[in-house]
Amino acid sequence: MNSVGEGCTDLKREYDQCFNRWFAEKFLKGDRSEDPCTEMFKKYQSCVQKAIKEKDIPIDGVEFMGPNKEKPGS
Amino acid sequence: MVKYFFNETDIKSKWDHVFSAFWQRYPNPFSTHVLTEDVVFRKVTEDHQLVTRRLLTKTNRLPRWAERFFPTNLSRSVYILEDSVVDPINKRLTTYTWNLNHTTLMTVRERCVFQESENRPAWTELKREAWISSGVYGFSRPIQEFGLARFKSNQAKAMKGLEYALANLHGDGQPWHLRDSVKDASEKAKETVLAASEKAKHLASAAAASPQKPSQYV
Repeated sequence: MNSVGEGCTDLKREYDQCFNRWFAEKFLKGDRSEDPCTEMFKKYQSCVQKAIKEKDIPIDGVEFMGPNKEKPGS
Repeated sequence: MVKYFFNETDIKSKWDHVFSAFWQRYPNPFSTHVLTEDVVFRKVTEDHQLVTRRLLTKTNRLPRWAERFFPTNLSRSVYILEDSVVDPINKRLTTYTWNLNHTTLMTVRERCVFQESENRPAWTELKREAWISSGVYGFSRPIQEFGLARFKSNQAKAMKGLEYALANLHGDGQPWHLRDSVKDASEKAKETVLAASEKAKHLASAAAASPQKPSQYV
């Protein structure tokens, strides 16, 4: 799958592979040992956050699950 | 005016496979409208929950009659945020998804809760809710109807996409080896699409046979 930053796709795929392995083998099993993907994540984020700014995608300051709080009903 | 949608369904896979497949959904044969996918925030909390924000961009497919009135909307794709919390202790995944742009035309907010089935721990229950509204004066109703129709169609594709990802998780406990080499991909794709549609048929007949779940409320 492509990243929104054209030059970030390789970094994204590398990170995703690392994450998927850690997620299934460690995280879901309750293993709290250190996440081995932090360096890869940093490189990927540095690339993609730059692309997001360049493309003016308005994600800055959006509260986590933001509109969930305003919705009507349950 | 807001259109509300509610749906419950059973996924015939274990919760941990479903949660893994959730991150590996894209790309799949049913997601050609999804252009890009990125994790833009992720953190493990003190109480061992995984908090993630994903940014997706999707094509903005409008019906012909809407294209005439909103030509500027054609140019930009839709930006969507998906915030999620994975709780491996309670075996629950909660997601909240909404569009960031084209909001005057239409806002779609969706909340999903995936939970290990109480009665059948080999299955995972999915409760899906959506709120669809439009702020366009005079067009509000047809836009909402279109939004709801597209949402339902996307929901069906999303389920097929998740089934596809689940079928691709290898049973030997190596879920991260998702893609075969390019040569084998089309054969594998045919197999898994067949498997997914068989699964979907099975789900549908199981749903028909089982006691009535709350029907879609619109």
